[in-house]
Amino acid sequence: MAVTNVVLAGLGGQGVVKASDLLSTTAFAGGLQVKKSEVHGMSQRGGSVTTDVRFGEQVLSPMVPMGEADFLMVFESSQVDLNLGWLRPGGVLITPALIPEGALKNRKSLNVALLGAASMVMDFDEQAWIDAIHRCLPEKLHAVNEQAFALGRRLGAELSRPEVIEGV
Amino acid sequence: MASTERLLLSGNEAVALASLHAGVRLGTGYPGTPSTEILEAFSLIGGPAQWSPNEKVALEVALGVSFGGGRTLVTMKHVGVNVAADPLFTAAYIDLTGGLVLISADDPGMASSQNEQDNRHYARAAIVPMLEPADSQQAYDFTLAAFELSERWRIPVILRMTTRICHAKTEVIPGEPRPSAMEPHFERDIPGRVMIPAYARPAHHKIRAKMEEIARWNEESGLNRIHPGDKSLGIIASGISVMHAREAAPDATLLALGLTWPLPMQMITDFVNSVDRCIVIEEGDHLLYEALTVAGLKVEGKPEMYRFSELNVSRVRRIIAGDVTPEAPRPRGKPPELCQGCSHREVFEALSRLNCIVAGDIGCYTLGVLPPFEAMDTCVCMGAAIGVGLGLRHVLPEAEARRVVSVIGDSTFVHSGLTGIAEMVYNPPPTGHVVLIVDNSTTAMTGRQEHPGTGRSLNHEPTNRMDFVAVCKAMGVKNVEVVDPQKDEAKFEEILKDMMARDELSVLIAERPCILAAPLIRKLEKAEEEKRCAAGCAAAPVE
Repeated sequence: MAVTNVVLAGLGGQGVVKASDLLSTTAFAGGLQVKKSEVHGMSQRGGSVTTDVRFGEQVLSPMVPMGEADFLMVFESSQVDLNLGWLRPGGVLITPALIPEGALKNRKSLNVALLGAASMVMDFDEQAWIDAIHRCLPEKLHAVNEQAFALGRRLGAELSRPEVIEGV
Repeated sequence: MASTERLLLSGNEAVALASLHAGVRLGTGYPGTPSTEILEAFSLIGGPAQWSPNEKVALEVALGVSFGGGRTLVTMKHVGVNVAADPLFTAAYIDLTGGLVLISADDPGMASSQNEQDNRHYARAAIVPMLEPADSQQAYDFTLAAFELSERWRIPVILRMTTRICHAKTEVIPGEPRPSAMEPHFERDIPGRVMIPAYARPAHHKIRAKMEEIARWNEESGLNRIHPGDKSLGIIASGISVMHAREAAPDATLLALGLTWPLPMQMITDFVNSVDRCIVIEEGDHLLYEALTVAGLKVEGKPEMYRFSELNVSRVRRIIAGDVTPEAPRPRGKPPELCQGCSHREVFEALSRLNCIVAGDIGCYTLGVLPPFEAMDTCVCMGAAIGVGLGLRHVLPEAEARRVVSVIGDSTFVHSGLTGIAEMVYNPPPTGHVVLIVDNSTTAMTGRQEHPGTGRSLNHEPTNRMDFVAVCKAMGVKNVEVVDPQKDEAKFEEILKDMMARDELSVLIAERPCILAAPLIRKLEKAEEEKRCAAGCAAAPVE
């Protein structure tokens, strides 16, 4: 099984790192090797944040090579163009445009809604994602995030899986 | 902890867990990206941990723990080791008792640092062993190994990590706890621990002999590993470079060095001789390449362009291919900025309006250099604001000298600002000087850690509080004022202007809690108040 590469990008305060925690926890619980890497430090000061999540039977480097992401999830529309270089040809781009303004009770759960959309084209059971939400978030946030996740799943139903390209 | 339990841990969390399993009696350090979470995680899982005012003090406290027979962990970022270098270089001469492991968390690529120094140099310069993990499992295993190595040879050991080890989460299968059998106790050893020249001269010979022994032991230490492969290409790597190289050249034979100082030279020589072409893949300086070349081994290094910034799989592919064509620029992204509502904003607006020459320092407030403020003229290292500001005041013509203000944060002031105040009082410039302490009641930049000026310890419990006003006055500063620059913006600017006009020494404390830390601070203060009240009520006589 080849390594699946996911790059998550956004701005400080959007829950990019939290979303990458949820994704890695889900993949790890499924018995896969997982590596997740990001750069902290200045990120809380509103600057760009990207985090790399890689999973498969054996993962070596924790960083996704440029142009090799199977999935690129961007949490802030202004950051989409900037990060397109991560995505491989045939890879899947997931952006906030998928979640209409006003669809979420609290736009803060956009990160989990976009994960819900991504979950439609990744090979993990819905329950594994819910378990990860329970594990990684405080109890008072479970309900709102489960709702956001479910909304993302409905809106992500039209996404197609990454194309398999020879040699990638 | 069951031995089959799989955990997904950052390198920092893995070091914390291993330190707990090693029975560390006290963890000390000073916050600094990417090392900060080690002590926080250690404290969360029940380990005794405390922040020191700076890295030098942290290491000295750790030395005391070691002399008392306890295992001890000291954490810091790469530039923090510069601050701790004075005790470190002599600690190596001393026979330690409890195991002492110093974590150096380097920041190649400078995600959040003022320089890109490669702390592998410290092992060679200070004469101490160095371990470099390649993932969180090795961070766990090597931490335990480092304590055992430290106790066996009675020597400090550096565990060198980098951002991609500290902040990458990977699988860890922990083992059973392996604490030291030793109980804290004091044994007198004057020639071994009192480094006067008469005792230090033989100690220098002794440490060189220890390193020779460790080098021999390292040949079979099990900490270095060969990943077999095609003999046409051999790669020697350490730390995160091991992972990049294994991915970039999956067919190559690879020697992954774990105990990277002192080097297992026989093992390396045999490896080099076993392959057709041998290349050293190392992040940062050309240290390993130089050491092997000096030893007469035929190895290739990397082109100079790869000395800069982090390595990754693509760059390692290029190094192997000898590709020196310009690299595609990485996406730059949106730079960080001072938070909306941060009181540093008012401070830098005032400094800008008053046309100040600002000797700056290290912290969130360094962002005052960026637009729209552009109100910082120098930034060197922790505490440099005061010394640099004084130097400028001494040399500039009067009109310009008067515009010089030193700006330093609260945690930075405790870390390295006090000696600057002593200098100011001892050697006052003719125009006097103004030091502006931007006190937001936390170490904000690294994620809001406590420090001696907050009156709370690492785990946010109340402790003694260092009073900046009293300290500055006691040290001999004539004018000391405290203002909230957000609530009393006009007053703040007025006082600053007045201080700049005088030929006197002044400290202005711009005091307002960091907006990110404020909710927690309010909660803690409320809890402390309730506790005090409850204690007071209980103590009151019953009518």
